[in-house]
Amino acid sequence: MTAYLDHAATTPVLPAAARALAEQLAATGNPSSLHAAGRAARRVVEESRERLAAVLGARPSEVVWTSGGTEADNLAVKGLAWARRAADPARDVVLVSAVEHHAVLDPAAWLGAHDGATVVHLPVDAEGTVRLDALAEALARYAGRVALVSVMLANNEVGTLQPVPEVVALAHEHDVPVHCDAVQAVGQVPVRFDELGVDALTVTGHKVGGPGGVGALLVRRGLALEPVLHGGGQERGVRSGTLDAPLVRAFAVAADEAVAAQPAEAARRASLRDRIVAGVLDRVPGAVLRGPADPARRLPGNAHLTFAGCEGDSLLYLLDAAGVEASTGSACQAGVPQPSHVLLAMGVDADDARGALRFSLGHTSTDDDVDALLAALPPAVERARAAGLASAAPAGAGSR
Amino acid sequence: MRVLAALSGGVDSAVAAARAVDAGHDVVGVHMALSRNRDQFRTGSRGCCSIEDAGDARRAADVLGIPYYVWDLSERFEQTVVADFLAEYEAGRTPNPCVRCNEHIKFEALLDKAVALGFDAVCTGHYARVERRPDGTPELHRARDLAKDQSYVLAVMGPERLARSLFPLGDVGSKDETRAEAAARGLSVSAKPDSYDICFVADGDTQGFLRERLGSRPGEIVDADGSVVGEHDGAYAYTVGQRRGLRLGRPAPDGRPRYVLSIEPVANRVVVGTAEQLAVDVLAGDRAVWFDDVAGGGRPRTVPCQVQVRAHGAAVPARARVAGQRVEVKLDEPLRGVAPGQSLVLYDGTRVLGQATVTTARRADVPA
Repeated sequence: MTAYLDHAATTPVLPAAARALAEQLAATGNPSSLHAAGRAARRVVEESRERLAAVLGARPSEVVWTSGGTEADNLAVKGLAWARRAADPARDVVLVSAVEHHAVLDPAAWLGAHDGATVVHLPVDAEGTVRLDALAEALARYAGRVALVSVMLANNEVGTLQPVPEVVALAHEHDVPVHCDAVQAVGQVPVRFDELGVDALTVTGHKVGGPGGVGALLVRRGLALEPVLHGGGQERGVRSGTLDAPLVRAFAVAADEAVAAQPAEAARRASLRDRIVAGVLDRVPGAVLRGPADPARRLPGNAHLTFAGCEGDSLLYLLDAAGVEASTGSACQAGVPQPSHVLLAMGVDADDARGALRFSLGHTSTDDDVDALLAALPPAVERARAAGLASAAPAGAGSR
Repeated sequence: MRVLAALSGGVDSAVAAARAVDAGHDVVGVHMALSRNRDQFRTGSRGCCSIEDAGDARRAADVLGIPYYVWDLSERFEQTVVADFLAEYEAGRTPNPCVRCNEHIKFEALLDKAVALGFDAVCTGHYARVERRPDGTPELHRARDLAKDQSYVLAVMGPERLARSLFPLGDVGSKDETRAEAAARGLSVSAKPDSYDICFVADGDTQGFLRERLGSRPGEIVDADGSVVGEHDGAYAYTVGQRRGLRLGRPAPDGRPRYVLSIEPVANRVVVGTAEQLAVDVLAGDRAVWFDDVAGGGRPRTVPCQVQVRAHGAAVPARARVAGQRVEVKLDEPLRGVAPGQSLVLYDGTRVLGQATVTTARRADVPA
């Protein structure tokens, strides 16, 4: 029996979503077609749009379907930057937190490298919380020049909940729109587009028990957005591409169910998470919890720890061999594990950052999963430390 | 056994891993990232350092149904293999980076980490055979396919590390047989070209790589009696036995071709001479590694053997005078173009007796 502790990567599809997907796959129809089959598909797409909007506190017209979180983030960052600069050429500065997902950081970096934008990474504190004083300072320093601010709702690696309403208040003082990546937050903490006050919000299907390949960008009415994908003019010309009725229907079903279950699930996952944190700190010497120490300020389903002297990859292998599936939480480049940019931004030493593990809980997580982890982890850390010493470059290497 | 299969992304390592799976071992695939600046696609003859190669390795692991990891050994590789390569050329010697990679990376860094993680052995796609004596002592032998035999570059690992090594391709009849097996197994790398040259030297341009890393150091090319016959941009760029690219200002008095006889790093001179002057029949080596009791418990002794001095050269009959980590080899017939820094490997038939690094090569009738 495998203990799956990587729900932040993707979580099992909810049965209701799987049923909706299978049912809709059996129906033919392009939502853009005018005949009966097309009309039937269109109805499904629009009902799903209304359903997702209701679940997330948005208006149906504020939902732009995308292929997932990465596309929604690209559309928000590039689309906002381009639209803002088209309206006012002075707006060439992009402010993003240093701990954003690469789906935000990399489009911003692309704008900097290829489009003449100035990209500013907002620093975070040791717990990964974006520093509001730095945001205020940047907004003041680049007054009249900032095109957008992008700060995520919850960090995907260390689970830090960001002070998004405060970010919005500061940015709006300067008439700057705010994008928020809420991919990890939906179903874990309350997410209301209207209450957050953000101008654009990224959500995705497969993190809430829906299928992969579908997501949405919620875009405040009246906000100008340049398209990234051009073509048939679907989604009011903001995002061309044939809409996939099965995917959006299953996504809306999953989001509805996940958000309805959120209060109870948050409490349940938090208690499992607290068992992991306390159990690991108790059993594994040198383990350090990363992200907020206050459980209320992190995602209920997230436990992130570093194990000095270990390589995250070694730990993953040893846990995998013991039937426990986790993640280092950070991306790799060319298949080579890199120290997490999130941990580095939090001031974690690069060597410590190499020994990071993220355990993330979801709707199928149980006490048995936690028990399996707490049994497998101590010997895995011990062995990974020995391997870390074995593969460390010997002193004086290079001489013959 | 729990086996770590090193997967380069090439056909040999993929088939070797498949054979390890077939043998009933619990196999995990690991691709070693050896270069910091990995190219997106294969360029020139580079064979294992691109992202494409890592993807091929991953695909092979998926086909075999085994876990796959990338281990970043690039820092260790730079500190050992590349640093040694540069230092050796700088010192006027001719290194073999594949030997150093087997010594420091595959059968040290990789193997040590694997053992620490609980693996029993490392499996590679090298062509060589391991035979076990009744008491379990492993012997390293040439591959069945002598054209592909790689025992020469493996000898450096010594017996302890050989005991933890698997070479499932040792009894393959030919490379074509390996490719056919890969195709039959559904491994998409079956038709991938072989890798040649040095993996960390882009486009096989060793001279360009050395110039870039070591800089220009002009000096003289002299003949055996010391008269200046040309100039060079860096003595490190020359190899004993080299004929091309000398760009001598004037032809030799006898009109015959000139070859590099030796490199004098301190004087920054390259010495050239005739083909006859290249011939040597006494080789001294140090840093010897022995596979059995050849070393004789420290007492010097003489061993009849065959000696091979380059990866694709023939083994020639010789007598080796062995004294611990040092060895002096008297060849029955002279060899041309043996450079300090090369590995000399002693064989008894197909069996590897040991290896050492050449320190000097000379004619028996010329004192050392």
